[in-house]
Amino acid sequence: MISQFFILSSKGDPLIYKDFRGDSGGRDVAELFYRKLTGLPGEESPVVMHHDDRHFVHIRHSGLYLVATTSENISPFSLLELLSRLATLLGDYCGSLGEGTISRNVALVYELLDEVLDYGYVQTTSTEMLRNFIQTEAVVSKPFSLFDLSSVGLFGAETQQSKVAPSSAASRPVLSSRSDQSQKNEVFLDVVERLSVLIASNGSLLKVDVQGEIRLKSFLPSGSEMRIGLTEEFCVGKSELRGYGPGIRVDEVSFHSSVQLDEFESHRILRLQPPQGELTVMRYQLSDDLPSPLPFRLFPSVQWDRGSGRLQVYLKLRCDLPPKSQALNIRLHLPLPRGVVSLSQELSSPEQKAELWDGALRWDLPRVQGGSQLSGLFQMEVPGLPGPPGQGHSTSAPPLGLGPASLSFELPRHTCSGLQVRFLRLAFRHCSNANPHKWVRHLSHSDAYVIRI
Amino acid sequence: MPYLGSEDAVKELKKALCNPHVQANRLRYRNVIQRVIRMPGVQEYIQQPILNGLRDKASYVRRVAVLGCAKMHNLHGDSEVDGALVNELYSLLRDQDPIVVVNCLRSLEEILKQEGGVVINKPIAHHLLNRMSKLDQWGQAEVLNFLLRYQPRSEEELFDILNLLDSFLKSSSPSVVMGAAKLFLILAKKFPHVQTDVLMQVKGPLLAACSSESRELCFAALCHVRQILHSLPGHFSSHYKKFFCSYSEPHYIKLQKVEVLCELVNDENVQQVLEELRGYCTDVSADFAQAAIFAIGGIARTYTDQCVQILTELLELRQEHITTVVVQTFRDLVWLCPQCTEAVCQALPGCEENIQDSEGKQALIWLLGVHGERIPNAPYVLEDFVENVKSETFPAVKMELLTALLRLFLSRPAECQDMLGRLLHYCIEEEKDMAVRDRGLFYYRLLLAGIDEVKRILCSPKSDPSLGLLEDQAERPVNSWALDFNTLVPVYGKARWATISKCQGAERRGLELPNTASLAASGPLIPEEDKERVQELSDSGALMLVPNLQLTAEYFEKTWLSLQVAHQQVVPWQGAVHPDTLQMALQVVHIQTIAVSRAGAQPWKAYLSAQDDTGCLFLTELLLEPENLEMQISVKQTEARTETLSSFISVLETVIGTIGDIKP
Repeated sequence: MISQFFILSSKGDPLIYKDFRGDSGGRDVAELFYRKLTGLPGEESPVVMHHDDRHFVHIRHSGLYLVATTSENISPFSLLELLSRLATLLGDYCGSLGEGTISRNVALVYELLDEVLDYGYVQTTSTEMLRNFIQTEAVVSKPFSLFDLSSVGLFGAETQQSKVAPSSAASRPVLSSRSDQSQKNEVFLDVVERLSVLIASNGSLLKVDVQGEIRLKSFLPSGSEMRIGLTEEFCVGKSELRGYGPGIRVDEVSFHSSVQLDEFESHRILRLQPPQGELTVMRYQLSDDLPSPLPFRLFPSVQWDRGSGRLQVYLKLRCDLPPKSQALNIRLHLPLPRGVVSLSQELSSPEQKAELWDGALRWDLPRVQGGSQLSGLFQMEVPGLPGPPGQGHSTSAPPLGLGPASLSFELPRHTCSGLQVRFLRLAFRHCSNANPHKWVRHLSHSDAYVIRI
Repeated sequence: MPYLGSEDAVKELKKALCNPHVQANRLRYRNVIQRVIRMPGVQEYIQQPILNGLRDKASYVRRVAVLGCAKMHNLHGDSEVDGALVNELYSLLRDQDPIVVVNCLRSLEEILKQEGGVVINKPIAHHLLNRMSKLDQWGQAEVLNFLLRYQPRSEEELFDILNLLDSFLKSSSPSVVMGAAKLFLILAKKFPHVQTDVLMQVKGPLLAACSSESRELCFAALCHVRQILHSLPGHFSSHYKKFFCSYSEPHYIKLQKVEVLCELVNDENVQQVLEELRGYCTDVSADFAQAAIFAIGGIARTYTDQCVQILTELLELRQEHITTVVVQTFRDLVWLCPQCTEAVCQALPGCEENIQDSEGKQALIWLLGVHGERIPNAPYVLEDFVENVKSETFPAVKMELLTALLRLFLSRPAECQDMLGRLLHYCIEEEKDMAVRDRGLFYYRLLLAGIDEVKRILCSPKSDPSLGLLEDQAERPVNSWALDFNTLVPVYGKARWATISKCQGAERRGLELPNTASLAASGPLIPEEDKERVQELSDSGALMLVPNLQLTAEYFEKTWLSLQVAHQQVVPWQGAVHPDTLQMALQVVHIQTIAVSRAGAQPWKAYLSAQDDTGCLFLTELLLEPENLEMQISVKQTEARTETLSSFISVLETVIGTIGDIKP
């Protein structure tokens, strides 16, 4: 049971405020929440906070705070899930979730909240059922153009740098343009993988973890059936092996409840009748053995002269992707010992950049082609770092406080597990006009890619 | 806002409510009924529209009307429960529309709050179970929560239900999975193997949530992982890599992950975990670095050598924030694992240059005092502190310095005599802090009593059994937290939750509970006649407890850990415990109190011992969890004899009963 729900901008301005039970102190609560949040000591978690006999539970989404308050000892999982479902729903109806879209669509948001929650209890969150009751049309900032495809990104992928901007085609409200039928027939299917890797200082692989998702955003009329064909070699669990090659194996898979799996065993086909809006069709995880080589290898060498306090770090970065693929927005983050003062650098190509930032070295590479190799030589002065005297002066043992290096990057058109969508077929009977547009996209990005030095 | 509006709004609402066909337009009906919260003056108008709505053909209207019943009830304040309405709602549990069913449960729960909420009997429970698959995830999660209060009649029925629920453990929604898991844990409370099995099944979803993109979900899952680890320490050990931190994660997640890593360490992964933790110790954020060092200190209780080596290496960094935490860790470690004293003593010289804060200084001074005979330059380091005592800002450091110097004086008198004199002189003559001055005077008088006396008092066998140690070693049974699973309790942490519910409870109960402070001060603690009764009891039985038994805490702890529980039972108990009262009462019957939690601690614990004339020891643990309103008594016995055990327990029961009685 929720007492209140509100949305705050990143600066703490209340955008939406709804009181479901009429038993609470009014809008001040939103302010109180923001004050508590900003005044929280570093080690405490802001996820649940408590004031008087009210619990605040919130999520951060696209720079907004979605907050629910409750006075009951409620299940945190339900509440967090509800809040993220609300975020998706608002995104579906307003086009995308953000300060601008929310404040332009206040009436629509309140209308949605009225339908989703009654007296603080969830009634329904299915886009399908809600469609029947929502009258207001979304206000969008600019007309959408399908030709604006130069920057086709993914609609929901939040990478570290958020450089994969939502493409304008996908960030369109599900309900808008009722009149314009030609725009409606679009389906976006994204395979997004997050990669977390830990490599030991001797180069051996300590941990590989891939979290994958197949996300679908459909603008087709609801109830239209679609079939998604996955790579045939795809197998789940350790025992099973298909085909002749190494196979594309994942450890665990879970499907959305609307997915029918009758053709999955035999042909790796997912059948579903998706509602309009966004939907996670399938989630999967893969740990420890990856079918393809890791995208990046780092070969560091460190020269550390204790006497003069000079630290020289030579980094060689090799990209092991297939030659036709490339990685984008690569950033290497290397924490340095305290007190580093100057940095001189020799980089292998002019488009790279390196700087000292917050006690760490930051090396930015806009793009790296598969199979290529890049290097950077960095020299730093570390005056204040004393070592135990009496040992050899120049040594290759790194000083404490250096490393581990972490990489962040995006790999468009590449999945680390090797999973691909073979086809996306629509059984499209009742609507005779133009063929629907189908967009299938693949992307991997780094969650944590850490290399110890 | 739509409610609490102007008079016009009220008027308009009344008009809408008076319309006999208000439910004909479902959207309008919804609007009207939804707005009826906190609206004065419309109570008498809403009853009819709501009752009509309950029987409407459109499920949408019924959904709104069912919740409207709860609103109506709450609007009337604490009026009587309308029996007919309740019956109607119970019958609507059979409605075709799943949302109406769930809303009925919610509405009944609110209306019947005073009577303990909606009753789930066998037909309702089975009906709900059969409807489960028709509900959406929110409905499922909520119904699972309602089913918690159903008690199956037989084992057979229990397992039938568990079989039905099995598929929900595989749901793609974490809230349904956790709800089902909790129901499993509660229903199968007498079948530990079923519980373990369920926790195995939840492992996958929990781990997936732990690496979820949503930070908040990840945090909630991590808190639950910690909860499970308290009972099943090995549960996530093979997945330790999932809990490695990445630098982009927010602080609160990193700290949780470090805690988890600390708890799942075992022989196989200790090397990797320590290596990872060592990386965190040099993190840019001082808080996180310190948390990592404390975590290594925690692991050091089991894997001492490796950890002490890492900690010693960290000292070489000569960073203030690292050194101070390492020294504090060393202090705790030397106390708990004396075998590492030698290594710690070798690492200490030189640390004093890098410690500025009070906690770190206290730890260093304590170490120098207690183990000064093994650290060659200990007197000189302490001398520096004595030299600078005037500019020292923390009284606690001065107190520690006094004690440490006196201890060191006992083992190395020649080097310390002079500065001890100076320090005492300063503390007595110049110090402005009363506590420090009193401590100085106390030691001065103690020294006057002779050096042997000082030795006897300052260096007697170390007592203070640190209750925490006993607590940590005992694995908590799953049942102790099953009720808290999938609630906010693990997310807040048990300790914070206790303070939260305490101040909430105080607000709510307010007047009902008399002021406990005045109670403690009033009158004799045990009424005279009760004292006699107790005395009689202990005298008349076959049991003779030896008076003045002196058992050291170490001996108690050793014996306690080596014995099995011979008897366990619960006695009703209300409110907090006053340790002094209890201790005095127990002394009357010759039961010695070894260690007691401070008053008001939650859970409250006490360890007791007694010996009978044949030399048989009775060791007892009292455990009070305030929410249960009962005290749990566990007794261990060195010689298994049931007749003396039962008379001991009856004595104990009488005492506890008596103390409980004089409470309101």
